[in-house]
Amino acid sequence: MSILGTRVVRTEDPQLLTAGGTYVDDLRVPELATAARATFVRSPIAHALITGIDASAAHEAPGVVAVLTVADMNDLPPPPPAPEDGGGGGEGAPLPLGGPWAEPLLAVDRVRFVGEPVAIVITDDRYQGEDAAELVSVDYEPLPAVAHADEALAGETLLFPGTESNVAVTIGSAGAGAGDSSAFDGCDVVVERTIENQRLAPVPLEGRAVAASWAGGKLTVWVSTQNAQIARFILAGALGLDPASIRVVAPDVGGGFGAKIGVDRDGLIVAWAARHTGRALRWAETRSENLVGMTHGRAQRHAIKIGGTRDGRILAYRLDIVQDTGAYPRLGGFLPFLTSLMAVGPYAIPQVQTAYRVVVSNTTPINAYRGAGRPEATAAIERAVDLFAAEIGMDPAEVRRINLVPKDKFPYSSPCGAVYDTGDYVAALDKVLTAAGYTELRAEQARRRERGDVLQLGIGLASYVEITAADAAGGETARLIVHGDGTATVYTGSSAHGQGHHTAWAMLVQSELGIPMANVTVIHGDTDLIPEGVGTYASRSLQLGGVAVQRAAIDVKEQARRVAADLMEASETDLELDTELGIWQVRGDPAASRTWADVAAHAGSKGLEASANFTEGQPTFPFGSHLAVAEVDIETGKARLIRHVTVDDAGTVVSPLLAEGQRHGGIAQGVAQALLEEMVYDSEGNPVTSTLADYAIITAAELPSFELLSSETPTTINPLGVKGIGEAGTIGATPATQNAVIDAVSHLGVSHIDMPTTPTRVWAAISAAGESGASQ
Amino acid sequence: MTVNGGQIGAEVADRTLLVHFLRDVAGLTAANVGCDTSSCGACTVLVDGQSVKSCTLLAAQADGREVVTVEGLASGPDEMHPMQQAFRAEHALQCGFCTPGMVMAAVSLLAENPSPTEDEVRTALEGNLCRCTGYHNIVRAVLAAARDGAAAAAPALARDGSADLAATERRPA
Repeated sequence: MSILGTRVVRTEDPQLLTAGGTYVDDLRVPELATAARATFVRSPIAHALITGIDASAAHEAPGVVAVLTVADMNDLPPPPPAPEDGGGGGEGAPLPLGGPWAEPLLAVDRVRFVGEPVAIVITDDRYQGEDAAELVSVDYEPLPAVAHADEALAGETLLFPGTESNVAVTIGSAGAGAGDSSAFDGCDVVVERTIENQRLAPVPLEGRAVAASWAGGKLTVWVSTQNAQIARFILAGALGLDPASIRVVAPDVGGGFGAKIGVDRDGLIVAWAARHTGRALRWAETRSENLVGMTHGRAQRHAIKIGGTRDGRILAYRLDIVQDTGAYPRLGGFLPFLTSLMAVGPYAIPQVQTAYRVVVSNTTPINAYRGAGRPEATAAIERAVDLFAAEIGMDPAEVRRINLVPKDKFPYSSPCGAVYDTGDYVAALDKVLTAAGYTELRAEQARRRERGDVLQLGIGLASYVEITAADAAGGETARLIVHGDGTATVYTGSSAHGQGHHTAWAMLVQSELGIPMANVTVIHGDTDLIPEGVGTYASRSLQLGGVAVQRAAIDVKEQARRVAADLMEASETDLELDTELGIWQVRGDPAASRTWADVAAHAGSKGLEASANFTEGQPTFPFGSHLAVAEVDIETGKARLIRHVTVDDAGTVVSPLLAEGQRHGGIAQGVAQALLEEMVYDSEGNPVTSTLADYAIITAAELPSFELLSSETPTTINPLGVKGIGEAGTIGATPATQNAVIDAVSHLGVSHIDMPTTPTRVWAAISAAGESGASQ
Repeated sequence: MTVNGGQIGAEVADRTLLVHFLRDVAGLTAANVGCDTSSCGACTVLVDGQSVKSCTLLAAQADGREVVTVEGLASGPDEMHPMQQAFRAEHALQCGFCTPGMVMAAVSLLAENPSPTEDEVRTALEGNLCRCTGYHNIVRAVLAAARDGAAAAAPALARDGSADLAATERRPA
């Protein structure tokens, strides 16, 4: 029996549990033995001109090695020129826009968000850095702040000289009154609503951390990143170095969630400073820095319009997005492209329109956060479907069932341009309804409503389809070596930060070659050892990196067959590999067998080694349904999730343990967005949730145990039949939970509450509905 | 102070936090710093048997006291404490950053309440944040450890008094 699909505990865990991981700040390597500490001086003002920087007092402070500002950055290449299309961004333009929108490293003559790096202080130890940074005196001439998307669109204050508005990208016919309204002509019912998908902070438990050493013409950068190779590419470009002169190492990484793709501005500054001063440096940000300096996620406003017939058929849907991308258009400019691509979700709606604008504001830049554009799409359509269901007075489960793409329509070309590979969306919905006891839940809800209970029950649904490995053509690398002692080493371009690649990749090798997992070493995240690779994001690892490992193993197996034939003086066609025992034998003659050590040793200097770069012909499309049950105290507005039942079908499951863990974590983050989390700015652009005392990370006490149902519909896009599972949780759980909270109070006249559905908001919605009802 | 059964003494600046003393002086880097508001619990250790956020205590305040970190729970990767074993068996960790603190908080919980309910586990771990697991498997691990009698395993001190603190096994970087 193959080890694939079985519950294998992780090989990573003993070290993590007994000695802790080796995160960047834990590194005790010789190159960093005398490393100094880097501390940033950050802007305390959202929008201002810098009129002077006086670092003289800081220079005199104990332990100060250097205080560096943009004036010291005279050894950098010029910033990239404006793109030829005028910086319009759009499809396939995930990198910073450049041109007038270009983002500097250290601030040049103005700051555009609270937390923007202005200077960097180098000291012998970390406490000295905190002290000295406070002594750097920066003169700011405040400018009016563009704190929110509305002000950005109004355009009274522009962030970037040389631009005509704060709208960096416009795709489609966007804005109020735009779009083709004739698409809704045949509808009995049309519902329109503007909803917020609020700004979130990713908050990996390990913040950003970088160490850097410049020695012998080579720059070594240890960075807490999801992608060592992308980090090297970015470093080479920003610092004007040959990539061959840079080594990037990703040691253990304490969570990323999309916010550690590559290396960002602050990390580039630290690497530059190490080279500039010749002193090895360490930087590990504080949480207060992290909450304003690390990119945020989501931050979309959706104008939704949905129409259909009174018997439940949805005929037309329009999604108009305003993406607040923060102070600089980084990946945030790309997110609404993914939202638009997945706008219609799992429904067979004939008429779909999408449009979006990307605006800049004096806030922290936006980037990927677990789901990256797809949770936003699902949140919009799932709210729209519930609003439509409420309007026609039909059970929201029934409306979904009527409109889900039927099982016999795959591959299904969506009107948004995606080709959904495989799926059975109705089965996923029915499975959660049955497991949750939907009918009984509705009956209990009715009883509580009848009695007028203080604790009302809400049932929320979300059916979704999402896109994983959106950059399927980018592929992923693997190199596999079987050594003379029969052990194996895997070099993978896919860089783990908690997902369990070491375990899963070893399972794949054992499955294919019969070399026990314990004899398989997995190495990732070192560009000297693995120069080519992409890394971990977009739920791409298993379907690209995992399949690459499998491909390399198959290649090694065929090499081994030739070597074994020579060794055993048998015909290749007579040889077979027993993957249970990990031995080569002559078919029909079990006595004649050789181990992997025998075969690899016989291969001599040629060795048994294979490389693979696996690309997919197109992305894959996992799907599922989530059902959330919430209790809402209608006197206080406090909502509590009491059950969460899900089907998350990501094709064939290689490691149930790891797949479930991904679902659990994603669900918690989704519930957190629905109930608690929001990165808030005041009207001056000051962040007011910049510590973990203010930003409400969800805790164990606020969650139930989750009820996970299994479902495996293999994809045909890759030989393992696998799709991505990393982001399903946030995609399904967020709208299911929001819908549950609203459902709990819908009988009181509430049709919508924006996320997070805090007690204040829920209570206000109930009160407003009561007043509105009383006045009618 | 006594750390994981061994004596360690050093002269440090008066403002040195216990977590930085453990990491920079004692060379025990498992306890992590995850916030600056005593919210996340990644730095949780035991001081005189009580779970303490070591970012909230000065090293000087631990003078003469007995500190146990996750490195002191087991004598090596092959001889894990029942709580560590339960965390592995239930897949209660992913990136591992919160794990040392979470394990120590869980050990402390069972020392106080050997047979907690699920709700009691969830409430007790409220001060330890995890961003990866959704807590689902952490709660299962603590309940499983309780069922297996983990509370009977004394919080730590697997090492004898002569333990070499710096010898804690590390992976090569």
